[in-house]
Amino acid sequence: MTVAAQGTETTSAHPAPGKHWSRLARPMLGLVLPVVLAVVWEFVVRMGWASGRLAPPPSVIFSTFVDLARTGELQRNTLVTLARVAAGFGIGVAVATVLGAAAGYSPLVRRLLDPTIQALRAIPSIAWVPLFILWLGIFEASKVTLIAVGVFFPVYLGLMGAIQSVDRKLVEVGRAFRLSDSEMVRRILLPAVLPAYVISLRSGLGLGWMFVVAAELMGASEGLGYLLIDGQQLGKPAEIIAAIVAFAIVGKATDWLIVLTAAPFLRWEDVVRSE
Amino acid sequence: MLVLERVGKTYPNGVHALGGVSLGVERGEIVAVIGGSGCGKSTLLRAIGGLDPASEGSVTLDSERVTRPHEKIGIVFQEPRLLPWLNVADNVGFGLGNRPKAERAQRVAAALERVGLSDKAKMWPRELSGGQAQRVAIARALVPRPQVLLLDEPFSALDAFTRTDLQDHLLDLWADARPTLIVVTHDVDEAIVLADRVMVMCPRPGRIFDEIEVDLPRPRDRQSAAFDFVKRRVLVALDRSLNRAASAAQSEPKAGAGAAMWW
Repeated sequence: MTVAAQGTETTSAHPAPGKHWSRLARPMLGLVLPVVLAVVWEFVVRMGWASGRLAPPPSVIFSTFVDLARTGELQRNTLVTLARVAAGFGIGVAVATVLGAAAGYSPLVRRLLDPTIQALRAIPSIAWVPLFILWLGIFEASKVTLIAVGVFFPVYLGLMGAIQSVDRKLVEVGRAFRLSDSEMVRRILLPAVLPAYVISLRSGLGLGWMFVVAAELMGASEGLGYLLIDGQQLGKPAEIIAAIVAFAIVGKATDWLIVLTAAPFLRWEDVVRSE
Repeated sequence: MLVLERVGKTYPNGVHALGGVSLGVERGEIVAVIGGSGCGKSTLLRAIGGLDPASEGSVTLDSERVTRPHEKIGIVFQEPRLLPWLNVADNVGFGLGNRPKAERAQRVAAALERVGLSDKAKMWPRELSGGQAQRVAIARALVPRPQVLLLDEPFSALDAFTRTDLQDHLLDLWADARPTLIVVTHDVDEAIVLADRVMVMCPRPGRIFDEIEVDLPRPRDRQSAAFDFVKRRVLVALDRSLNRAASAAQSEPKAGAGAAMWW
């Protein structure tokens, strides 16, 4: 309804200029603070008031970023990290979806499984690292497993909760129309669960990115996390910040990918949309 | 013909909600079930619809026993219960899942036309008013052409004006294919406007207390003296059914607490 209202307003004979302005300006408003800080810092370093050795100014970070990209080092390390997150996310989501669906759907499975999973959830996931390294070695397997563990919990919890809270009254509509079990899942449960599932995927992905850093900090010869360590050991703060910026960009981009993929299926949602 | 034979319902927690209701409903007849809250009206309707099968007695439709939702029986609930992820047209066509696409589209379009919501076909349920949503729910229940349509207080959540509007509209729709209608309500006017027969129920356990024929020509004038006369009869019966209930409640106070959860 808000969308429709805005549509008619902009096409009407007297478009409110204030509305137009605020629609463009509002997202820009959020940029004011970081841009001002960056410009101020750049200015301070340029004037020689601070050396900027440990906190490099934006121009240095930018040129480091460009240099890393030109040598291909940035792309290579980003791809390695991305591959780890993708593998861990894929495994974590797959296992969490199967177990979450089973636990949400069947009280027996829930009683059997859920206490153990909740107990495991109470352990900070990083605490597993030494064990994973002993079990799986220091290469890819232990890193991917750690990421998968991080992704697993939010997705499992989100899906189980979503299935349990599916509106009983809508399920009854399915019964009244004599849906078979598989039809009930496809036509009622799946669409009802989807919004919460997408949110749990997004928070799972966020944890995946968090854990890939942890995994790479603990020993890696490539990846964005390796760039962090490399920058620390060689005293190159600009490289560290460039890697952090890369993390931010790729993390946001993958999150956006989930939102974009899910959007056509969630158009029905009755939510307050803010432009 | 829909036949109820000593239909009773005792819930697993021991609440005796329905104590043997026998009733025969002719094809095309409209029966209203009325009664105070907690007299098992909804339980009765859910037993007929096969959603909560009776624990005693039997429900048969054309000599076929109904123990679970039946394709010839449609249900309209108190809330529209539209599926929020389907647009209006897909909601109406929900019960036609296994029909060919062309037939489905054609029947949905016809039904939407009939309830006067053709222009809303592509809208989401959340964009409809309460009355419009309930009309879509009625269309959804009627599209598979049920022989019996059960309505569980279908208009009780609507404002008075929309309610009378939809009552007339329902009769209009009923005239098309003349399905059997069973309407649970707590609105005496609604019962008399719609029904050929009004069954007054009384609680603990729920059973039929009185049966009142409404022998008025349709469309019925809510202001006429004849309407008023029938209304008074129903009100008197309701009053008596509740008085008896009050004395029964004292002897059986425990059932009430648990029973309140069910209707």
